[in-house]
Amino acid sequence: MKKFLLATAASALIAGSAGAEDIKLGISLGFTGPLESMAPGMQNGAELAIKEVSDSGLLLDGSTVSAVTGDSTCIDAAAATATVERLITAEGVRGIIGGMCSGETIASLENVARPNGVVMISPSATSPALSDMEDDGLFFRTSPSDARQGEVMAQIMQERGIQSAAITYTNNDYGKGLADSFQAAFEAAGGTVTTNAAHDDGKADYSAEVAALAAAGGDALVVVGYVDQGGSGVVRAALDTGAFETFVFPDGMVGSALEANFGTEINGSFGQNPAAEGEGRETFLSMAEEAGFDGTSAYSAEAYDAAALILLAMAKAGTHDPATYKDSIMDVANEPGEQILPGQLARALEIINEGGDVDYVGATNVELIGAGESAGTYREIQITDGAIEVVGYR
Amino acid sequence: MDILNALVVFLNFVFIPAAAYGAQLALGALGVTLIYGILRFSNFAHGDTMAFGTAIVILLTWGLQALGVSIQPLPTALLALVPAIALTAVLVLVTDRLVYRFYRKQKAAPIIFVMASVGVMFVMNGLTRLLIGVNEQRMDDGARFIIDVRTFREMTGLTEGLALRSTQALTVGLAFVVMIALFWFLNRTRSGKAMRAYSDNEDLALLSGIDPERVVRLTWIIAAGLMVIAGSLYGLDKSYRPFNYFQILLPIFAAAIVGGLGNPLGAIAGGFLVAFSEVAVTYPWVRVVGYLAPWYDPGQGNLMQLLGTEYKFAVSFVILIVVLLFRPTGLFRGKSV
Repeated sequence: MKKFLLATAASALIAGSAGAEDIKLGISLGFTGPLESMAPGMQNGAELAIKEVSDSGLLLDGSTVSAVTGDSTCIDAAAATATVERLITAEGVRGIIGGMCSGETIASLENVARPNGVVMISPSATSPALSDMEDDGLFFRTSPSDARQGEVMAQIMQERGIQSAAITYTNNDYGKGLADSFQAAFEAAGGTVTTNAAHDDGKADYSAEVAALAAAGGDALVVVGYVDQGGSGVVRAALDTGAFETFVFPDGMVGSALEANFGTEINGSFGQNPAAEGEGRETFLSMAEEAGFDGTSAYSAEAYDAAALILLAMAKAGTHDPATYKDSIMDVANEPGEQILPGQLARALEIINEGGDVDYVGATNVELIGAGESAGTYREIQITDGAIEVVGYR
Repeated sequence: MDILNALVVFLNFVFIPAAAYGAQLALGALGVTLIYGILRFSNFAHGDTMAFGTAIVILLTWGLQALGVSIQPLPTALLALVPAIALTAVLVLVTDRLVYRFYRKQKAAPIIFVMASVGVMFVMNGLTRLLIGVNEQRMDDGARFIIDVRTFREMTGLTEGLALRSTQALTVGLAFVVMIALFWFLNRTRSGKAMRAYSDNEDLALLSGIDPERVVRLTWIIAAGLMVIAGSLYGLDKSYRPFNYFQILLPIFAAAIVGGLGNPLGAIAGGFLVAFSEVAVTYPWVRVVGYLAPWYDPGQGNLMQLLGTEYKFAVSFVILIVVLLFRPTGLFRGKSV
C-alpha cells in the first residue's frame, strides 16, 4: 500500500511537469452581492481567454484549460475565503482570477491563496492597501490602484471647475481607500472637501446620510459606492431632497444600472472607470460581441487580461506550478517582446514555445508596475440625456 | 427670509422624513401593542410578517401592472392592499392555530410565547425569501412628487428647496385614517369593546359571555391589516428589502414600549417620538442655525451633529433604556414590561 501511494504521488509529480492534461483555473467573483450585475461580464471575459488558449492546443504540450467558478459575494470575507479554499483544495485550481472587491480579496489572499501558494490575479480589486501587502509575489491585478483613480478624479473635477465637494463612501476597504486617496489628491490640487462620511449598504433609507451631506454642502457629491447598493440609495435621496444636482461617480457606480435607476435626472454628472482605448479594446469588444456578451461591461476586459496573463505565464515558465510561473507574469506582461492583442493568444503561445519574448498588451493596455498592478488608463464618462457617454481617456 | 429658509430646511430634512417614518413606526407599534394587550406577549415575528405581507402586495401589484390596471396618480399598490391583507390574515390565523393556540391552552408563561414567536419569525423570514428573494424590489408607480425642489424654488423664490414625495403624504394620510378607524372600532363597536374587555380582565370577560377564540381571531386579523399597511407604506416610501423589516423591529418595539405596551394611543405617540428623536439627533443643524443666527460661527467643519448617522439605531436603544429605568410602564401608562 505504501509503495502504491508513493508511486501515485510520484506519478502525480511527474504529471505536474510535463504531458498534456486539463488545467483548472478558478474564477472567484461576487455573483451575488452589491456588484452582482458586473460579475457575469467579468466571468465571460475570463472564460473567453481560457477558451481561446484551450482551443489553440499550444499550452504545455496541448493541455486543455477549464474554468471553475465560485461566488466570492464581494462583501462577505468569510464566504469568499471559503470559496477560494474550495477552489484550491477541492477543485485543485492552478491559479485564480479574482477576487472582485478589495476586502474580500485581501482576506482570501491572506488566508488561503498565500498559505497554499496559488497565484491570484484580480481584475477589479482596487484598494491602495493591496499595493504593499505581503503576498510572496503571488498577487497581481489588471486594474490600477485607487490611489491613481483618486488623482484622476481630482483632476477631472478641477478641470470642470468644481472647487468643493462632499464625499460619501461605502463602509469598506474599497470605499475608505478611494475616498481617502481622492481627498488627499483633491486637497493637494487646491479643492475643499466639506465632509468625508461613510454610508452602510443595504439600508432602506438614506435620508439621514444625505441630510448630513447636504448640511456640509459642496458643488458636487462624490459617491464612492456601489451602483446596486447604497450608492444608488444615496443618489436617490439626494435627488429627492434636492441636496445635490451634480454627482461624481467612480468605478463602482459606473454601470448600466445607473442609467436604469436615474436616467435623465443625473444629466451633467460625470465620473470615470478604468478602461483603456485603442486597438486591443476594439478587438476585445468585437470578440465579446461574437461570443454573445457585452464587452463594455465594467472590468470584463480586465478579467480577460487576468486569465490571459496566467496562461501565458504558465507557457513561459513551462509548468502550471504557481510557485514557478508566478515569476513569469511580469515577464509576459511587460516589454521586451512582441506585442500581443486579444485574439492573438495562440500566436503568443507559438512565440513562447519557440523561446521568444512577448509583451502582453491585451484589452486594457496591460503594463504592470510596482508589485504587479496595472498602471491604469481611465475613461472619463458623462451622463448625457440619461445615458453614459464616454468623453475621453486619461 | 432667513427664518423662512431655516424653516424650509427643517421641513425638508427633518420634519417631513421624520413624520413619514413616524407614521410607519406608529402603525407597526400599534400592531405590536394590540397583540401585547390582548394576547399578552411581545410578537417578535411582527417585522418579518410585515415583510411577508408586503411581498404579497408587491407580487399582486406587479400582476395588476401587467394587466394594465392603474389608479394614477396614486400607486397601484393601494389596490393590492385588500387582497394582501386577506392572505396575510389567513397566514397568521394558521400560525395561531398551529403554534400559539397550543400554548394558550397550556396557559403558558408569556416568555414561552415570546420564544415561540421568535421561531415563527425565522419561519416567516424563510417564507418571505422563498416567495420573493432577498433583493431590493420596487413597486412604486404613480406620481413621485407632490412638490419637488425645483418647482418649490421657482414658486417661492427661496434659496432652499422643499420636496414632498407623494408616498410621504400618502403614508401620513393613510396612517391617520387607519388609526381613526381602529379607535372607532375599539371604542364604539361591540367586538371592539369585547376585545378591550378581554384585554382588561380575561376571566371577567369570559364570565360575561365573550368568546375568547373569537377575540383572538379578530385581534390577529386586525394585526395582519396593520402589518400589511405599515409594511407596504414603508416599502413604498423607502425601499423593499426583507432584511430591513427585521431591522425596524427594534424601533417598532421601542415605540410601543415608550408609549406603554398595550396602550394604542401610546404606540402612536411612541412611534413619532422615536422617529423624531432618531432624525433630530443625527441631523447636522449647521444650516438651520446658520439662517437663524448668522452671527454665530460654529467653526470650519463643525456640522453641529450630535451623533453620526451610523448610530441611528442606537437612539432607539437609548430611548428604551431611559424609559425602562424611569417609567417602566411607558409614557401613557401601559402594562409594565
